[in-house]
This record gives sequence, structure tokens and C-alpha cells, in this order.
Amino acid sequence: MAETPIFEIAETDANRVYDRPRLLLDATMHYCPGCSHGTVHKLVAEAIDDLGAEDKAIGITPVGCAAFLYNYIDIDWIQASHGRAPSVATAVKRLCTNKLVFTYQGDGDLAAIGTAEAIHAANRGDNIAIIFINNAIYGMTGGQMAPTTLLGMKTATTPMGRTPELNGYPFKVADMLALLDGVTYVTRQSVNSPANVRRAKKAIKKAFENSINNKGFSFVEIVATCNSGWKLSPVAANRWMEENMHATYPLGDLKDTTSVGAAVEK
Amino acid sequence: MEDIKLMKGNEVLAYAAVRCGADGYFGYPITPQSEVLETLTELRPWETTGMVVLQAESEVASINMVYGGASVGKRVLTSTSSPGLSLMCEGLSYLAGAELPCVVIDVSRGGPGLGTIQASQADYFQVVKGGGHGDYRMPVLAPNSVQEMNDFVDLAFELAFKYLNPAMILADGVIGQMMEKVRLSPQKPRRTEEEIRKECPWAAIGKGAHRKERNIVTSCYIDPETMERHNHKLQAKYERMEREEVRVEEMEVSDAEYILVAYGASSRICAKVVEDARAAGLKVGLIRPITLFPFPSEAIRRAAQHAKGFLSVELSMGQMIEDVRMAVGNAEIPVQHFGRTGGIIHSPREVYEALKQFMTETGGL
Repeated sequence: MAETPIFEIAETDANRVYDRPRLLLDATMHYCPGCSHGTVHKLVAEAIDDLGAEDKAIGITPVGCAAFLYNYIDIDWIQASHGRAPSVATAVKRLCTNKLVFTYQGDGDLAAIGTAEAIHAANRGDNIAIIFINNAIYGMTGGQMAPTTLLGMKTATTPMGRTPELNGYPFKVADMLALLDGVTYVTRQSVNSPANVRRAKKAIKKAFENSINNKGFSFVEIVATCNSGWKLSPVAANRWMEENMHATYPLGDLKDTTSVGAAVEK
Repeated sequence: MEDIKLMKGNEVLAYAAVRCGADGYFGYPITPQSEVLETLTELRPWETTGMVVLQAESEVASINMVYGGASVGKRVLTSTSSPGLSLMCEGLSYLAGAELPCVVIDVSRGGPGLGTIQASQADYFQVVKGGGHGDYRMPVLAPNSVQEMNDFVDLAFELAFKYLNPAMILADGVIGQMMEKVRLSPQKPRRTEEEIRKECPWAAIGKGAHRKERNIVTSCYIDPETMERHNHKLQAKYERMEREEVRVEEMEVSDAEYILVAYGASSRICAKVVEDARAAGLKVGLIRPITLFPFPSEAIRRAAQHAKGFLSVELSMGQMIEDVRMAVGNAEIPVQHFGRTGGIIHSPREVYEALKQFMTETGGL
């Protein structure tokens, strides 16, 4: 069936204002409508393309909702076991020092089962970038508590809300990693508004640049929505994130030693 | 020029890794094999061949670093001992599932649990039968000399890349710690990125200038039909290993009435027992599996046509004996186990006495 064009205008380079990034494959994503993953994937694809790094990019995917990220971006991928992506990335980067090596991990993968691997890769100052999606919940397994779940937040395993007595406190991974000497760039971003999407892209691009130029360990946390897990509509989830998540996980740079001429020589 | 040295088995593993052109070693210290990492950091191969040597924060990290290195087509290895291998089993399963080549060395010690740091062969089940989850197998080489510690590193890499599968070397604390004369291998060059791209077109090393299609290294097949097809593909590899890779050493087997079956350190002890038994006029032979998977079932089945009994001599409570029994395949022929555990190494005399008692009980003496 021929599609009826909405506007009778031929698309050209001159009049195009928005397009699918070249490296983002034309595949239907498995994410729920309203999920931040799709937006962040797009930024990852754009950042790689902007840096001309398609040929030298090696991404490591996690276990969790983003496990199938390799179906969406047109670069080489390695699927890691749960939480171990930083170890995989460490070896890849040390064996291929001229590549862009990054992991893309959720809060269950990075902040629970893979905490040790993330901390030690950071502390070694491995020249890798980590994109950390913090949506305060386990999405793929059906909405259980994550280490980053907010106090009082109801999940499948905290049906009465998270209490510090039983489950401890929201885990501020970025703040912790910023303390380590091997870490050169830590930032916390979100994709809740067009302005923040632009900031997040800048951060991802910078982290990738650091990996390519062997400038130490970069960590980009993206405070994200999981409207299915949160049981909210996409719009309500975005609002809830702004009002609650951003209060616990404030946005902005936590550490940046690469911009001020203090590049870590490795 | 021959390079002959007197060295510990563990030290030789390090030399062999550098000289076979390995790209990376990732490991965590654990007795009785810590000399591997120590020797590597002493050799500083990153200054000569460019080989990466990294002390990881755990065996979990080590095996996943190996997974990363293997994913980009590099020759990478790790070594550990029993409790460390337990931590690596998840990774081994992923490596096998994703069809990645690498070498993993277990210089085994006594267990279960924290056990003892002394030598043992109680990891047979774990190493030979898989250890991790899912339907997978790995070729397992069992050296019984320091020379074989040298030779099997390169051989293990050869098997790993031939079958795109992790290859194991199952040594024990005796072979790791003892010193013997060894002829070190000549230095092989490491492969260039171009050579890797040619040899490993599947490697996720970045698309590079010429490859258009992206490479994905994964063991994830959500669709059941695809997963089953993948399992059949893996199984076909394991069956090919069983046809093509069996390695076994036989000693005085052709007319033997009683057969000792032993591998690794235990096979060295049993060789002495066979000498003593033959000197006393007893028809005793030794079958020494060099590959534990694939298991030399055929050699055992052949010997069972004339043997009156088999004694599986292991530094464990008896694990390989199950494979010996299956290979003998005849309930009329007695198959017994003898072995010390807990880090105690049986003496030739103990084995000889156990053999004579076994022969007496089964009418052979």
C-alpha cells in the first residue's frame, strides 16, 4: 500500500530538520512507549557518527532491557554476562588501545550484581566510557527494587515502599565513582526535555572522545524513566522523574579533569 | 638454538604464554598457581611482544576480561585454582555459548570449599563435565610433566581457535609446583590486527575500513528454534572433538591383565607402579588420558577385551572412575578407585599395595 504523504514536499538536505541517525538501524525497538532507552540509543548512535568512530566503536551490552541494544545501532557489539560489561570493556580497550570502547548498563546490572567490576574498572582508570541508565527499578524482570530505588518507592519487591531499615538507601553510584583517582569524567544527565537531551548528547560525546583519546575512565549517568515499571503513563512518568528522581539524583557534572588541561596521561 | 631450563610448572606456563604469541593474560592470585602471574609480571612481555598482563580484582573479572579479549579475536588466557575456577564457571558457559576461543588453566587444589592449598585432582567433574550452566563441553588437556605444561599452552590455543571454544588445561598442584627440565618453545609473533580480521571474521574488533556488516558476539538466542539450532551446532563440534582430538598414552597395555588409569601427577606415580609390578612379574599396564574430554574411551574399551580389572588412580575420592566404567562397558570387569585426597599424594608403594589387594580380591593374584 502506498503511503499518503502528510506534506506534499520533497525531503532534501536543505529542508530536513529531523532524521533518524545514520547508525540507528531501521528496526522496531522492543522498549515500552515512554522509556528513555530509545532516546539514549539515538544519542549514542549520533555521538559515534559525529566523532566519525563507526569503524572503531566496540560497544558492550548488559543483561536487562538494553541487552538487545546490538539490534539497533550499526557497530560491533559484545554481549556481556550480567554486571560484567566493565571487565569485558577493560580487556577490549587494553588489547585494542585505538578503539572507542564503551558499555551501556542499567542500574541492576551496574549498581547491584556488577558493582565490583564497575568500581575496579573505574579505579584502574581504564580508558572506557560507561553509559549508566538509572531508572530506579528492574525493568526486564518485571519491576523489582533496584539499588537506586527511591525511599518510599513501591516496586514488586517493596510493595509497601522502600524503607532504609529493610533495604538501605538509594545508591549514588556516580558520586562514589567521582572519588576515585582513575576517573576523569563523571556526569549525571537526563532526557526529560529537549534541552536536557542536548546536554546528555554532549556528555555522551565527551565520554566517547575520552575513550578514543585514552583520557581515563568516563561515566555518564542518565536518570531515566521506566513508566511500565513505575506504572505511570509516559507523560506522568516524565513528570514523576523530574519531581522525585532529580531531587535524589541531581543533574550536572560531578567531576571533569579532562577539560582543564589536566588530562591523565596513560 | 634449544632453550633448555630447569623450571617450575607454573613458571613454564607463563613463559609458554608469552612465547606462543598470546595477546593477553588476565588473572587473580590464588595458591598453588600464583607464580604464573608473578612470572608474567617479571617477564614484562608488554615491553617485548606487546602482550597485556593484568591482575584483575577477582576470578569473575578475570574470566570476563578473557571473554572481552576473545570477543575481539585475541589470544587470551587466564589461570586459577579450584575455588577460583568455581567463580569462572559462569564465564566459561558464556564463552562456550558465544563460541569464543581462549585458554583457561586450572592448577587444582583440594576441596570442597576453601579446602586446602595442596595438590588434588578433585576438579575432574567440574572441568570435564562443564561446571557452568547449559549444554557445553570444552577440550581438556591434562599435563603430567613440566614439559607438557609448556607444550599444552600452544596446543590449547590451537584447539580453542580450531573449534571456537574455550580450551582447558587441568593441571594439579604437583605439576604446577615441581621443577623439571623443560625445552621452552621458540617465540612466535603475535598476530597483527589484519591477521586477526582474516582469521577471525566474526571478531567484534570494530568494523574497520572494509567490513560493512556489524559483528555481534552473543550467547543469547531468545527464539527457541534458534536456540535449539545453536545447541545442535555446538554439539556437532563436541562430537568432532571426540572423533579427532583424543590423546592418550599407553604403557605396557597390550598384554596387561590389570590396567591402571591415571592422569596428571597420579599418572607419573602409576608409571613407577607399572615398572615395579612388571619387575615382579605382574601383567600390569597404564592408560593415561592426555585429553580428559574427549575421553580415550576407545583405548580403555580395547584393553577391556583382555583385562581382568581396572584401577582408577586419582587424587580424589573417585571422579574419572565414572568415565572409566562407562568406557569398560562391562559389569563383569571390576573397576575400582584408589586415591588419597586432602592434598596428600599417594606414594607408588600405596598404589602398588592397593593394586595387589584389588588383584587378590578379583582373582588375579
